[in-house]
Amino acid sequence: MAGAAVLGRLSWLLAELVETVRETPRVVSLVLDVPGWAGHRPGQHVDVRLTAEDGYQAQRSYSLAAPAAGERLVITVEQLEDGEVSPFLVEELRPGERFELRGPIGGYFVWDGAADGPLQLVAGGSGIAPLMAMLRHRAEAAVDVPATLLYSSRTLEDVIYREELGRLAEGDSALTVAHTLTRAQPDGWEGYARRIDGEMLREVLGPPDSGATTFVCGPTRFVEVAADGLVGLGYDPSRVRTERFGPSGR
Amino acid sequence: MKLDGNAIGGLLGEIFVEELTIARSTCGSCGAVREVGALSVYAQAPGAVVRCPDCDAVLLRIVRSESRIWLELQGVSCLELRAPGV
Repeated sequence: MAGAAVLGRLSWLLAELVETVRETPRVVSLVLDVPGWAGHRPGQHVDVRLTAEDGYQAQRSYSLAAPAAGERLVITVEQLEDGEVSPFLVEELRPGERFELRGPIGGYFVWDGAADGPLQLVAGGSGIAPLMAMLRHRAEAAVDVPATLLYSSRTLEDVIYREELGRLAEGDSALTVAHTLTRAQPDGWEGYARRIDGEMLREVLGPPDSGATTFVCGPTRFVEVAADGLVGLGYDPSRVRTERFGPSGR
Repeated sequence: MKLDGNAIGGLLGEIFVEELTIARSTCGSCGAVREVGALSVYAQAPGAVVRCPDCDAVLLRIVRSESRIWLELQGVSCLELRAPGV
């Protein structure tokens, strides 16, 4: 099935690994070259398909973590202990090796830039990936809207893109980044130290702003708590877009 | 494992030319109108079951084998999507 894209319909392309970037002990970003890639919008994802020698196939979805640079794109992968796909992508795949990928996928969990008003982001764990694509796009394209990120991680070592987020926030008075560490906090930690709740959402994101669009991404339970909390604060459900992740085969 | 309509964007992309996660579906049970990306998806094998996030009624089911795709739309009273090329 791999090969040239059929016009207008999703088909499988071949991705070649350029580089693996270690983000945290359990998470890497894969820099890929995908001939035929036609670009994408912040928030979209790809499906990855691996085929074993005996023909067995496993398929998973991964968010695109950065704007496309021509045919070069980035996905961020968390290694799951019992995973069928992520251990291969994280540990075995070497630069120059190839696998099948299709995309870009999705139009619902997509940020349309300034037209969507102020950008509000709530991330749990590796749910940061599509939201990082939005923040990177906002920075690269100098999109002139305020942005706020509330990001929940287990420990400081588990914070993906930690240095880059710090740099982005430091150089941009219109960007606020707030962290919460739910499992362990380093000495002198000044951020939040609990699971997200309505009070934290209110403190970080503020009262409902009818012009803002809020994107929530993380594990299913995290997304439910965050989305319920936002609606409880008076946020318009139609302006709160969610993406739950799990072991989503096709 | 509950997911969102986003999760089956790739599968729907095999069937429909237009991006279906931004199509609006009307629930045949409660009448709620939602974008497909906002629907609830339960994606355990062998297929995906899509439910209404408002009343939990089953809207559609998709099963894919190597050579066939079954798309059951019994719970959807209307699917409104952008005309191709617009």
